[in-house]
Order: sequence, then structure tokens, then C-alpha cells
Amino acid sequence: MMADLILETRGLTKHYGGVHALTEADFTLMRGEHVAIMGDNGAGKSTFVRQITGVEMPTRGEILFDGVSHSFTSPIEAREAGIETVFQTLALADDLDVPSNLFLGREKIRFNLGPFSILDKKAMREATMAALVKTGVKIPNLMNTIRNMSGGQRQCVAIARTAAFKSKLVIMDEPTAALGVQETAQVENIIRTLKDAGEPLILVSHNMRQVFDLVDRIVVFRRGRIVANLRKQDTDGQDVVAYITGAKTGAEFEGAA
Amino acid sequence: MANTTHGIGGLAYDAKRRTRPPELNVLAALVLIILAFEVLGRVFVGDSFLFNTRDTVDTLFNQQRLQIIILQVAIVGIIALGVTQVIITGGIDLSSGSIVGITAMVTMSFAQVAVVNGSPNPKAIFTAGWMDLPVIIPLIVGLACGLFAGFVNGLLIAYTRIPPFIATLGMMVAARGCAKWWSKGNPISFPTESYAAIGKGMMPVLIFVSLAILFHLIMTQTKYGRHCYAIGSNEAAARMSGINVTGHKVLVYTIAGALAALAAIVLSSKNLTAQAGMGVMYELDAIAMAVIGGISLQGGRGSIIGTCLGALIFGVIISGFTFLKLDAYYQEMVKGVIIVGAVVLDQWRQTKRGRG
Repeated sequence: MMADLILETRGLTKHYGGVHALTEADFTLMRGEHVAIMGDNGAGKSTFVRQITGVEMPTRGEILFDGVSHSFTSPIEAREAGIETVFQTLALADDLDVPSNLFLGREKIRFNLGPFSILDKKAMREATMAALVKTGVKIPNLMNTIRNMSGGQRQCVAIARTAAFKSKLVIMDEPTAALGVQETAQVENIIRTLKDAGEPLILVSHNMRQVFDLVDRIVVFRRGRIVANLRKQDTDGQDVVAYITGAKTGAEFEGAA
Repeated sequence: MANTTHGIGGLAYDAKRRTRPPELNVLAALVLIILAFEVLGRVFVGDSFLFNTRDTVDTLFNQQRLQIIILQVAIVGIIALGVTQVIITGGIDLSSGSIVGITAMVTMSFAQVAVVNGSPNPKAIFTAGWMDLPVIIPLIVGLACGLFAGFVNGLLIAYTRIPPFIATLGMMVAARGCAKWWSKGNPISFPTESYAAIGKGMMPVLIFVSLAILFHLIMTQTKYGRHCYAIGSNEAAARMSGINVTGHKVLVYTIAGALAALAAIVLSSKNLTAQAGMGVMYELDAIAMAVIGGISLQGGRGSIIGTCLGALIFGVIISGFTFLKLDAYYQEMVKGVIIVGAVVLDQWRQTKRGRG
């Protein structure tokens, strides 16, 4: 059973001065499992994501990823360990083309000359194609800059980046918040593709319909604590809303909040 | 699979759908300006701007004029290469002109001959033991000078996070002060023959062209170039992607300083003298060349090819005005108009493309 856990947090806590943004979060994620994190604004969802992706360092608590205890000091370390994140604010360089963005900061190299290493553009282009095929992303022209792409296409590029590398866990922070209907459908299809490929995923979302469509399990945050851990088939939208608003609290979380 | 219904276009590398490189517009502008001078020349001066109209030499083009066009922009062009990579990262370098000044002074001091026409060098800075040195010594000293100034710029910008405009403005004033202090305002002259050879004849052009090719390759084919564009277009994203933004900025400004030093070496060698006022306004000319060449001062966009075309436009305008026998005053006025015009045109083109 333990071997099937990809991510586990024990007593994860984050204080900003006197503000307790995250308190004693115990969270588990199985291999191949898709989990949604829900909660009102300021409930601690984004704080939680920032701790496990190395953007911030937790005040207390332990992060076990792939069976090993980690304390990431930067997003780069988390990424090197295999946690790929699609941030709410897209981390893309507008003036670069798709392969350059996918391989930003970890370019494929033909000759190693330190900072002046020669790029292997062909290999990056081919790997980009492979990543796009894997995720089912469609882009009119790989060699165009990101600047002229639609929000959906940009989001797809950001997601494809997670597939270009051997990531063990993908985290998406509200990936469709700024997208139109068709673009949202496209991103959701990519998430389904990841599910079929057995890639575990943490999805932060406000969209109830989307969550029930895509994930296996829903974890609800309220006022910095985890207040519910619900399997999709055991719950419904009204139930989740009750947990989000504080009308209900999960039995095993009594005393929290 | 369900996702086949949600495609936008095909998944392919389609050369035809590439956006048109902005350099083509700059090239078109260059051709237009040359044509304008050709027509104006035929109408007002009765001579051809571009073609050879004399029977004494057997060439199609007016080679002498073409040589002068490129020769007079070659030295500022070297600076513009460094400025281009700085602006692509979203920064600016105002100090290059002053770095030319101080580097020329220091370098020339190490390149002097001991004896001029049988008598001791009247402009001597050091004692005889420090004269008639092999050419490598002034070259190393000069480059070190530019590298150091650029390195200080880079450290200030990367670590204290003050705006590049302020950091390099400070360097601009301070380096000019150093140049004046170095010889108490006196010019330094009489370099060794080997030093004078560096800037002789078309050597500045040769040096400029080789550096331009080198930097074009660096900006398009290496990690360094890719990271310059990444930092310029989204610094936060670059940092989150694991690029060492701080170290990269130090390197970028150091290289810009080294190129300014190279320009100083070529310039002082060509002029056979160094003065504290050397290179005044060069930084602005270099920035103007990059801007005419289609660079974006916001960073992320621009290229070495564009800057080289911008430099050529600069050269064509200067020699075109001389050719039309117009006063130098008009040259500067028109230069100003062209700099602003280039940016206005570029922005207009950008918004049009954004809407379409």
C-alpha cells in the first residue's frame, strides 16, 4: 500500500507572520490518481500547492514524494524531483516559440560550452512534437512565438511542458480559469489523456462540473485546514459546497476549523 | 479519442505559416532610403549615389562611397552589438560611450612609442620602460578595462536591483570622469606601429563584420542567446524555469563592456590618438542603430541582423547627406526623426498585427 503513494504530506503547516495560512495538512496521493483541491478563496489551496512545489518553504511538516522525504528550496528542485506545475500565472516567455518555451531552462545541448553551449534545436523540436502528440495538444505552428496565441493555446503549451519531461506528478492551479468554453474543453481533454497515461494529477479548481468530470477524489480546504476527503462516487455537488462553506465537516476531521 | 474534435489547425511545422521576420521591413527601409538618395542625387546634384559614374575606374558600384558608409558605422556598430544583447534582456546600457573614452585613454598609454622623430615622445604617460610594449599588452589592458566596467554595471543591476538606466548612467558619468582624470585632460598619442595596424584601412569593418557574425550565432544558436530573449520577454518565467537570471545579467553587461572596449581600441588605433572626450554620444548612436533595426526596448525582441541593418541605414543617411552637400545640422535633425519614426512604425505594425 505504501509503495503506491506518490505524494504524502504530514502535518504540513505554513504561517505568514501571525497568519496561519495552512495548518497540519495531511494529504495523500496514489499513483495514477487524479485529485481535486477545492475551497473558497483564502482557504489555503494555493498555499498548499506553493509548499509542495518548492515556491515557498513550509513552517513545519514533512513532504514525502515518491517515498523520499524532500524539503524543496526552489521550484527547480521540485521539478528535478519530478513535480511539474502549471501555474495560475503562466510561466511562459511571450517572444519565444513553442519548443523554446517547453525547454526553457533545460535546453537540449549539442556541444557543451558552458553558457555558450550550442542548442540542439532539431531534437527540441522533435521532443516538442512528441509531447504535443502525447497530450493531444494542437498548435498551428510550432515555430511561432507564444505572443500571438490564444489563451487556450498558451495554456496547452504550459501543460505540454509537463509532458515533455518524465514528470511523476502534475499539478495544475486553476488551469481553465481564464479560458473560453472550447478552450476549456481542450484542456480537460488533455487532463483525460494524462489519466489514461496513468499520470497522477492534483487539480486546483473552482469549477464543480469540471471536478466531477475529471477527478477520482476531492479534498476540501477551509480556513487553512483540510476539512473533507471525498471519493467522487460518495458525494455530490451540494455536499462539496456544504464542506466548502463550513456547513459540514468530515467525520475524521472533527475538531478542525 | 475525444480530443480529435477540439483541434485548432494541424499539428505540424509549417514554414509558410511562420510570422514574417521584422528584419525584412528594416531591409526594405534600407533599400527605400538608398533609392531616395539615388533619385535625389540624380535630380539635385546630377550624380549617382550608388553607381560609379566615372570612367576612370572599372566598377559598377561606387566602391569608395560604399566603403565609407560601412567604415563610418563599423566602430559604433561594434558597440551596438553589445547594446543589442543588453536591450534584448530588457535592460539598457548608457555607459558604452564613456567606456570607450576611458578604455581608449588607458589602452593608448600602454601602446605608446618611446621615440618620435628622434626625440622622446612628447605625449608620454609612462616612463620609457613602459613604452614600445608588444601589442598584446595594450589589448589585454584595454579589454580588462571594458570587462571591469561592464562587470560593475552587471553586479549593480543584478544584485542591487537598481534600474539598468540608473546603474549605467552612473557608470557613464564616472567613467567619463576617469577618462579626464587619467591624463589630466591631455590627449595621448604616437602609438606603436603594430597597435596602429588594428584600425588601419578597412580593418574596423573586418572586425565589426566578424564580431557581428559571432554574435549572430551566439544569439540564435546558443543557450546564452536563448536565455537573453527569455529574460527580456518574461523575467519571472525565466527565473521559475531555473535560468540563473542574476548571473546571466552580469555576463550580458560584462560582454557589452568588452565590446565597448574593443570599439575603443579600434577607434584609438584608427585615429592614432586618444582623448578624454572620445565616444561621447556613441551609446545613443548604438541604441539608435538597434532601435532602427527593430529591437523592442521592452526586451525580448530584436536581432543582431536587425541591428546591422540599422547601422547600415545610419551610415547611408550620413553619407547620403554629405553626398547631397547638406549641412551636418540637417543630418542630426533627420537622424532624430528617423529614430522616432522607426519606433512609431514598429508599434503601429505591432498593434495592427495584434488586432488582425
